[in-house]
Amino acid sequence: MTTPTTDTATDRNVRPASDNRRKILEATMKRFQYQGDALIEVLHKAQELYGFLSPELLSEVAHRLRLPPSRVYGVATFYHFFSLVPQGEHSCTVCLGTACYVRGAAHLLHELETLSGVKAGHTSSDGKFSLLTARCLGACGIAPAVVLDGEVIGHADRSDLATRIQKLLGREE
Amino acid sequence: MDLHELEAIAEREQAQRPRLRILCCAAAGCQASGALEIKRRLELVLSAAGKLAEVEVAPVGCMGLCGHGPLVRIEPEGTVFERVTPADAEEIVSALEQGPCNVLRCNLNHPFFTRQQPIVLRHCGRINPERIEDYIAVGGYRTLYTVIHELTPAEVIQIITRSGLRGRGGAGYPTGLKWATVAKSPGERKFVICNADEGDPGAFMDRSVLESDPHLVLEGMAIAAYAVGAEQGFIYVRGEYPLAIERLQKAIVQARRLGLLGAQIFESGFNFRVDIRVGAGAFVCGEETALIASIEGRRGQPRPRPPYPAEKGLWGMPTLINNVETFANVTAIIENGPEWFRQIGTEKSKGTKVFALTGKIRNTGLIEVPMGITLREIVYEIGDGTPDGTPVKAVQTGGPSGGCIPAELFDTPVDYESLAAVGSIMGSGGMVVMDEHTNMVDVARFYVEFCKDESCGKCIPCRVGTVQLFNLLTKLRNGQAQPHDLDTIEELCELMRETSLCGLGQSAPNPVLSTLQYFRHEYEQLIGVEVDHGS
Repeated sequence: MTTPTTDTATDRNVRPASDNRRKILEATMKRFQYQGDALIEVLHKAQELYGFLSPELLSEVAHRLRLPPSRVYGVATFYHFFSLVPQGEHSCTVCLGTACYVRGAAHLLHELETLSGVKAGHTSSDGKFSLLTARCLGACGIAPAVVLDGEVIGHADRSDLATRIQKLLGREE
Repeated sequence: MDLHELEAIAEREQAQRPRLRILCCAAAGCQASGALEIKRRLELVLSAAGKLAEVEVAPVGCMGLCGHGPLVRIEPEGTVFERVTPADAEEIVSALEQGPCNVLRCNLNHPFFTRQQPIVLRHCGRINPERIEDYIAVGGYRTLYTVIHELTPAEVIQIITRSGLRGRGGAGYPTGLKWATVAKSPGERKFVICNADEGDPGAFMDRSVLESDPHLVLEGMAIAAYAVGAEQGFIYVRGEYPLAIERLQKAIVQARRLGLLGAQIFESGFNFRVDIRVGAGAFVCGEETALIASIEGRRGQPRPRPPYPAEKGLWGMPTLINNVETFANVTAIIENGPEWFRQIGTEKSKGTKVFALTGKIRNTGLIEVPMGITLREIVYEIGDGTPDGTPVKAVQTGGPSGGCIPAELFDTPVDYESLAAVGSIMGSGGMVVMDEHTNMVDVARFYVEFCKDESCGKCIPCRVGTVQLFNLLTKLRNGQAQPHDLDTIEELCELMRETSLCGLGQSAPNPVLSTLQYFRHEYEQLIGVEVDHGS
C-alpha cells in the first residue's frame, strides 16, 4: 500500500500505451555508450522525462550504466537539480540571488508562502503547487526575478504574482 | 574550409544585408521583459508597410543596459531605444523614415556607454548569436585561421604570456603560465575546459557572453587547444542557464558543419571537438577540481591540490581550465598583439573586466571597463547612483567569496591587488550596490547561509564551520549574542580560512570579516546593552 500522495503523483506520471520515455532514456544512455561518466547527463534526461527520480528509476540507471546504486544515489542527492520526490503540477521559483535579495526577494517569498500555504522548497499536499527557491538565475538586471511554470518574470510585483498564482491554482476570487 | 571560403561567407553576408537593421535584444533578461513579442510586432508592422525587404529585424545578444530593457538598436544609424513595449513598434518603424522619435531614445552619450571599453563584449548586441554567418561577417574565425597556419603553439603561448592576461574567474592566475604548464605536461590526451559554472549570486557576465557571442568563446577555446595540444574540449554550463546552453549547442553544430570545429580544422592536422556538460546546481562545481569530478559523472567534491589540473586533471590527464571571459579575450589579443593589450589597465592587471552591476543602482546591467577604474566612477558615473538618491553604503564584489567595500574606500582602483588589499576580491565580476537601507549583518548572514547550503561536506572546517558561523550570526540577529560571540566569530573565520580544503571554505568568511572590519558598529548594535557593560 502506498500513501495517498504517492498515488496521485504516480497517476500523473502514468501515461497511455504510447509511453516511450523508457526508449528515449535508453537512447540517451546508448549515445553515451553506457559510460559511467555520463551519469549526470543521463539523470538530467531521466528527470526531464519523468519529472523526478524515483528509486526504481535510479536502480534502472545504475544497472544500465553498470554503476553501484550507492554511487547513483550519491550523485542524485548531491546536486540540487535532481528531485527524488514528485514536483507539483505548477511551480514558482523565487530567485534569492544577491541582487534579488537586496531588492526584497525574501519578503516576496515570505508573502508567497503565506498566500499559497506552502513552505519554500515544498509541494502542496494536493500535488498542485511547488514553491521553490533558486540561488541566482542570472537575471539580476530585472531583479527581483521569479520563474512561474518556466516563464521568467522580471521586476516581480507582489499583487500581480498573487493573482497569477491564484489563477493557476484555480482559486480565482 | 579555407580562408577564401571564410571571406566569401563574410562578403555574401554583407551583400545580402538590407540597408537598415532593427536589432532586438533577445538575451534572457530582455526576453523576460517581452523582447520576442516586440520583435514579432516590429515584423508585423514592417510587413504591413511592405518594408520587410529593406529592413531586417534581427535578434541579438545583450546590449548592456539590462535594467532599462527591452532594448532595440537601429543600425547603421546607431540609435538605441530603451524600455520598449510591443505598442511602440509602429513609432519605431516610422522613425526609420522620418527621423527621431525621442520618446524612448536612450542617451548614448551617458558615461554608462562612453566610459566602457568593450573587448569581450565588442560583438554583444550587434550580431545574431544564433547565426555563425553574423560572427564570420565581423571577422570571426579569422584569428583561428592565422593561429593554425602562421603560428606555432609556442608562439601562441608567448603572445598570451606577454599580454599579461590573468584568469577572469576571480583568482587572477596568469593565463599564459597556465597554458605553458599544460603544454609541457606529458599525457597521451589533453583537455580544454571552459568554466561556465557561474555560481556567484548577482553575477551574470558569463551568461551574457555565452548568450550573445558563443562563437567568440568557441574560437578562444580552439586557439587554446591548439596551443596546449588538446583535441577535446568541454564547456561546463550551469543548468540554470537554458538559453545559453541552447545557443551554445546551435553554435557548436554550425561551427562543426563549416569545418571550424571537428576534424582537420581549416584543412590542417588540427582536430578539436567541443561538448557541453550541463551542471546540476552545485555552487562548489565552480572550483576546478570539483568541476572535473562533475564532468566525470561524480559528486562535485574538490580534492587537494597539487597536483593541479594542469598536470593531472580530467581522467588524470593534463587539463586547461579557464573561465568564459578569459577565453573571450584570446582572439582580440592575438588580432591586436600583446602590446596593445598591455596598454590597457594597470601595471599588474592588464586589459578590461566585465562586471554585472546590480542591486540598488539606477543603471543596472553589464559593463566592461578598463582595469584601474575606481569604484566611484563605476557606481556614480556609469551606474548613476541609487534609484531614489539614497546614499550608497557599500559595494559587494566577488560574491560569497568576496567582501563589502564601504563608500569611503570608493577611490580604490579596480584591479586584483587593490581589491584584495581592502579585504575583498576581484571575483568573477558580480558587483552588488547596497544603500543605507541594507543591513550589513544581514548581508553577511545571507552569504554564510549560501555557503552553508553549498558546502560539499567533504572537509570539516567548511562543513561544520559554515553551520556554526550561521548559528552565531542568527543568534546575533535575534539579539541573543554576548560580546564574546564576536570574538568567537572572528576566531572561527580565521580557522576556516586557514584550514578548509578548497576556495569555497577558505573564502566563505570573507563577507563576515569585511563587514566586521568596516561596519563593526552594526554588529555591536545588535549586542546592545551588553557591549557597554562589557567594556
